[in-house]
Amino acid sequence: MSFARSNQVHIYGWLLLMPAAIFLIAFTYYPTVATLAHSFFSDGTALRPSVFVGLENYKLMLEDEVFWKVARNNFWFALGTIPVSVALALLMAVWVNGRLPARGLVRMAYFTPTVLPMIAVANIWLFFYTPDIGLVDQVLGMFGAPGHNWLGDPDTVLGCLIVMTVWKESGFFMIFYLAALQSLPPELEEAAKLEGAGRWYFFRRVTFPLLMPTTLFVLINAVINSFKLVDHLFILTKGGPDNASNLLLYYIYEVAFSFFDEAYAATLTVVLLAVLAVIAIGQFVILDKRIHYR
Amino acid sequence: MRGGLRMVGEAVSVARAGAGWMPRESFWLRLEVLGAWLLALVWLAPLIYAFWAAFHPPAYAIRFELFAPLTLENFAEAWSQAPFARYYLNTFLLVSSILAAQFVLCTLAAYAFARFEFFGRDVAFALVLVQLMIMPEVLIVENYRTMTLLGTVDTILGIGLPYMASAFGIFLLRQTFKTVPKELEEAARIEGCSFLQVLTKVYVPLAKPTYVAYGLVSVSYHWNNFLWPLVITNSVETRPLTVGLAIFGAPESGVDWSIITAGTLLAVAPLLIAFLLFQRQFVQSFMHAGIK
Repeated sequence: MSFARSNQVHIYGWLLLMPAAIFLIAFTYYPTVATLAHSFFSDGTALRPSVFVGLENYKLMLEDEVFWKVARNNFWFALGTIPVSVALALLMAVWVNGRLPARGLVRMAYFTPTVLPMIAVANIWLFFYTPDIGLVDQVLGMFGAPGHNWLGDPDTVLGCLIVMTVWKESGFFMIFYLAALQSLPPELEEAAKLEGAGRWYFFRRVTFPLLMPTTLFVLINAVINSFKLVDHLFILTKGGPDNASNLLLYYIYEVAFSFFDEAYAATLTVVLLAVLAVIAIGQFVILDKRIHYR
Repeated sequence: MRGGLRMVGEAVSVARAGAGWMPRESFWLRLEVLGAWLLALVWLAPLIYAFWAAFHPPAYAIRFELFAPLTLENFAEAWSQAPFARYYLNTFLLVSSILAAQFVLCTLAAYAFARFEFFGRDVAFALVLVQLMIMPEVLIVENYRTMTLLGTVDTILGIGLPYMASAFGIFLLRQTFKTVPKELEEAARIEGCSFLQVLTKVYVPLAKPTYVAYGLVSVSYHWNNFLWPLVITNSVETRPLTVGLAIFGAPESGVDWSIITAGTLLAVAPLLIAFLLFQRQFVQSFMHAGIK
């Protein structure tokens, strides 16, 4: 170390880190710990200060039917969006990476949803799903299907959100696959061609295994997003009908800023933090086994 | 050797392309091309529809006729019904203040992690990476409380504060700084540069592509961000475009489709135009940021 005057390294290092550290402490570590602490207290008002209630909030949560419904929704939402968007992303990347006519245009089309705000595209999708006059019903109408209130029906509303989310995210994940594909040595494919291996065989036995670290990375991002992305709910459904499309983070928002129950919101946030912690730990365990990543 | 192999490979593939694929394979290839195009069309459909509805009179919002008259009326209407100019200004201030703060904070921290073996470095780095998982969106309840204490509720600064120290930015810059040869730094030291001068004269200029990449990712993210800005703002003077658009387009507001889509296009226009103009740069930046 060129500035090595024993202690100086430590002082300079910490001084450089200090500004970022202050921000991280104030807006990430402190609120994480405070959330945990507040989940053990009752919600205070001007007349009734908040008091320690132990696990009371958690007991309420376990008895809260809406919480279970939201948890179930989030599970199905994750299961519906993740595999499809990751598979589509891979397909898109392979297509765009190959010799495709109008490749630039196709790549742009796939990527465009990524640069558009969720809130803005939700406005457009809202029209697609509008009963009778919406685009979905108009297209289905051509085949003689009757109109349907897609977002008003508890059975179809979550599916509608899943379709839109897949549309929004696939192009973003495609980028990671595209970057990985372009870093693969081209000799591999040429060698496989000389050996007479078919494209599908080559993909299955060479490309896909080599993309495994990328798949893992994309999967983790997809899981996080399925818990973090709720913007579209504000426009499309507001969690309805009867919480059929409500997701955990949106429920936290409702509890905190519509029902003003901060203690319960903190308790729900702890659940969300726990989910994220499990993902983080899982990531470390899996990555440890796959040393060839980085 | 490598180059030679590649040339052989290219010669082979050129020869194959020249000779034409076998009929069966060519059928599947054509089907794939068709599939790729069809998917691209589906992916663009919402945007195409938005353009259709915004540039035609409301009567044609749900009727698709090739020679429907074009109009800019919807844009004029949307512009007059909501303070878009103010929203633009707010979003611009928000995005640029976050980016400026991120550049400074992340550069300093990344330099420390890349080149200083200070006490507790690895633990500190692991702690920084925690923010990749626990993003500010998750902590809206507590952060709102903090902003109340700081008196930054309903300010543009309040929207930006939780995002200014970005683990992603620190990580990205650290990776880049680590690739800078130490000899360059030593040469600068001999010339008499202080350690901050080394940073600004050697490291920062060499990391320019990373700054561009990170900048584009950050700007797109914060231009589009919604949940936290919604929570922390409650006046026209602070609301960014996304929040303004959500209020404007809410079904309760009774505005019709054509005007909502016009408003939507107004909100996304700057970023969309930038993306279409610098498409390569955008895609490359997201890739650059994704590889690290």
